[in-house]
Amino acid sequence: MNIDFRTPEYTIHRAGERCTNCRICVRQCANEAHLWDEKQKKVLADDIKCVNCHRCVLTCPTRALSISSYPLEFKPNAHWTPHYITSIFKQASSGAMLLAGMGTDKPYPVYWDHLLINASQVTNPSIDPLREPMELKTFLGRKPDSLKIENGELAEKLPPQLELETPIMFAAMSFGAISLNAMTSLAIAAEKMGTFYNTGEGGLHSSLYKYGKNTIVQVASGRFGVHTDYLWAGSAIEIKIGQGAKPGIGGHLPGEKVGLDVSLTRMIPEGSDAISPAPHHDIYSIEDLRQLIYSLKEATDYSKPVAVKIAAVHNIAAIASGAARAGADIIVIDGFRGGTGAAPLRTRDNVGIPIELALAAVDSRLRSESIRHQVSLVVAGSIRCSSDVIKAIALGADACYIGSAALMALGCHMCQKCYTGKCNWGIATQNPSLTKRLDPVVGAERAANLLKAWSHEIKEMLGGMGINALESLRGNRLMLRGIGLTEKELSILGVKHAGE
Amino acid sequence: MQFREGQVRIPSGCAISGIMNRKGNLFSGNDIIKSIALMHDRSNGLGGGFAAYGIYPEYADFYAIHMFYESGACRETTETFLNEHFEIEIGGKIPTRKVASVTNAPIIWRYFVQPKPDRLLQSGLEVDEYVAQCVMRINSEYSGAFVVSSGKNMGAFKGVGYPEDMGEFYKLDTYKGYLWTAHGRFPTNTPGWWGGAHPFTLLDWSIVHNGEISSYDANRRYLEMFGYKCSLQTDTEAITYIFDLLLRKHNLPLDVVVTAMAAPFWSAIERMEPEKRELVKSIRTVFGPLLVNGPFSIILGSRKGFVALNDRIKLRALVAAEKGDYVYVASEESAIREVCPQPDKVWAVAGGEPVIAMLEGVDQL
Repeated sequence: MNIDFRTPEYTIHRAGERCTNCRICVRQCANEAHLWDEKQKKVLADDIKCVNCHRCVLTCPTRALSISSYPLEFKPNAHWTPHYITSIFKQASSGAMLLAGMGTDKPYPVYWDHLLINASQVTNPSIDPLREPMELKTFLGRKPDSLKIENGELAEKLPPQLELETPIMFAAMSFGAISLNAMTSLAIAAEKMGTFYNTGEGGLHSSLYKYGKNTIVQVASGRFGVHTDYLWAGSAIEIKIGQGAKPGIGGHLPGEKVGLDVSLTRMIPEGSDAISPAPHHDIYSIEDLRQLIYSLKEATDYSKPVAVKIAAVHNIAAIASGAARAGADIIVIDGFRGGTGAAPLRTRDNVGIPIELALAAVDSRLRSESIRHQVSLVVAGSIRCSSDVIKAIALGADACYIGSAALMALGCHMCQKCYTGKCNWGIATQNPSLTKRLDPVVGAERAANLLKAWSHEIKEMLGGMGINALESLRGNRLMLRGIGLTEKELSILGVKHAGE
Repeated sequence: MQFREGQVRIPSGCAISGIMNRKGNLFSGNDIIKSIALMHDRSNGLGGGFAAYGIYPEYADFYAIHMFYESGACRETTETFLNEHFEIEIGGKIPTRKVASVTNAPIIWRYFVQPKPDRLLQSGLEVDEYVAQCVMRINSEYSGAFVVSSGKNMGAFKGVGYPEDMGEFYKLDTYKGYLWTAHGRFPTNTPGWWGGAHPFTLLDWSIVHNGEISSYDANRRYLEMFGYKCSLQTDTEAITYIFDLLLRKHNLPLDVVVTAMAAPFWSAIERMEPEKRELVKSIRTVFGPLLVNGPFSIILGSRKGFVALNDRIKLRALVAAEKGDYVYVASEESAIREVCPQPDKVWAVAGGEPVIAMLEGVDQL
């Protein structure tokens, strides 16, 4: 007998007295974890196929289903935990790299949870956002040192700026990695909320050009879907150097996901793998980056800000400073907890640094070099809620990107199996029978609601601090205190400890 | 242990008052002392001070450096620095009276100086910038020494005590100026340092300020990129540097500076004429980090006049009045009526709307 050592991660419970054998779960599960047994005339489950995405649980009309961890324990061992044992089983069987989706799930320190926000008491009144204006408007783009004013009029126009009504944008996720319905949802939500979504590296589907005003188009190492109309279509161009979930490596969209639409949008043959090289093959140095930045500016008549997205790695402060000097108008830093459609598991879980430390280090470095005000700083990779946004801005960010959180608004349950193409929520898949499950009108409503809710919360906390315009929080680290942090961590974050 | 400004951030509430004669006629310090004394309860005896313009006509072309020293030794080391960088026309103690409530006064000196021509040439700086940098060096590098003021034909007089006691201590009744501002302090901590009292000054600028700004660290960190050292960690210091950066270094018109510091709301900007809208939008885009947020009322004094300003949602009191050539501003109307019982006009200053009083023939501060 041949044992392949695989055991289920989850077990599906079916309450027999509730199940009507309606077989909705069978049709809903793209992983085929639910099976109809013709002989017994009842629905059965194959636990090993379950990814715990809750699709069946939420679609079961009689609430007969629940899922829990598979009750199987290895002999306790603090070093050889089940994760490492089962990883070895998998690799010994496949001879392949382990893949993962979304951001790392390892228990690294979450610095957001070690930062506390200030509020006004007595000496300085808090401001009530229900009674007073509270402004979140944010501009991203290059800022001059001063203004040229002649006879009371502006004598020189500002460089191009992105104007955001709330400091939150939807992060780069490509058509291919996510479905057209998911992208359309984000595009509509961005338009509705006065912010931006990002095409990722998969080009811009012809149906999305009409949202160009709220689009940031990305140019990545594979140059998929990049052409003149594409560059002109958006309000800004983002050069993607790296991604927080997998710094230093490229991307791979398997041929099975490259259907007709993806093929046309990416400008590659149908069914072919779309492989993004690890580096841009025309950027081997900072001076090469400058050339690409200016090529893109030339191509668009200097009418759009150019962003450079880099993964948070050890030397991030120096790299960001180089990017600013190379002509980037916006620098995007993606922390190591950032999500992805597919990444080698060991890379995802071990490469890069937390965004909180990277952001603080970059902001401090750019200030010590007196160039922070010239560029905008956008952070991505692990923003979970409005207070994370507040903390990021107080540490020095101009705005945040949300990716995972945006997908959760559309229904993502963080099962981390995006790379299988079997996303039951119609998000990380190109299978038409699955993508149709996500109605872009409903998706847009939910994504916009998320931004609306977070914006309300940000205003509430801003008012509490006695601040009525977001720019007064930006880099205002006195509004933060650390809790449970070492001297070193406090010094990198540039904040005092609570009680100080 | 008591902390000082610079070691810890000390917020404070306050009273402010200012009087100016637009024709440049000189008047004694008696009125400003009476005005600020009326608001006695707005301060708590932990800081009072005055800025006076037009008081040194005989040395009008010299930078008047007012100094606090903690000891004779630090006076000597600082004077070595002053001698290296300036030609000192004359220097000496600032005359004071004995006042029972004023104790622990530092050694208080003043010098009338000009930059040494060769040092100035070497530095490659504008003369004002040269003086400003020397002032910042003394304040940050010479422990025990503090530059109280450094402008021409003006001076700051301040210390720990109620403002009216400071006025008496410094014999301000014997000085004559065309512009006086005053400050009574109510710090929410217990510092006992004379340097921490207001006004805060740099070159000709003096600031008296009531409030606690919530944008302090955002303002400070922006200013530091332009070479300012916010060593006192006070709002007043930051606000002074904002004015200095925008008015002197960037040479921007006063209305632009006021728009940057107390910006109109976006809802109001939307309603402006297209050209004005673009200008104000650009100001907010570029100088957003210099928006002064949270409650404040300030009087910025300069050789050419003053501007008084409230935060944009008026979280602090500020009243203004006119009588003939005189312009008055104060935290309370009573403090104006105390010295000018029947003003021609008196009004509550709106949030974000500056009261500008300039000497005749001057159109920019």
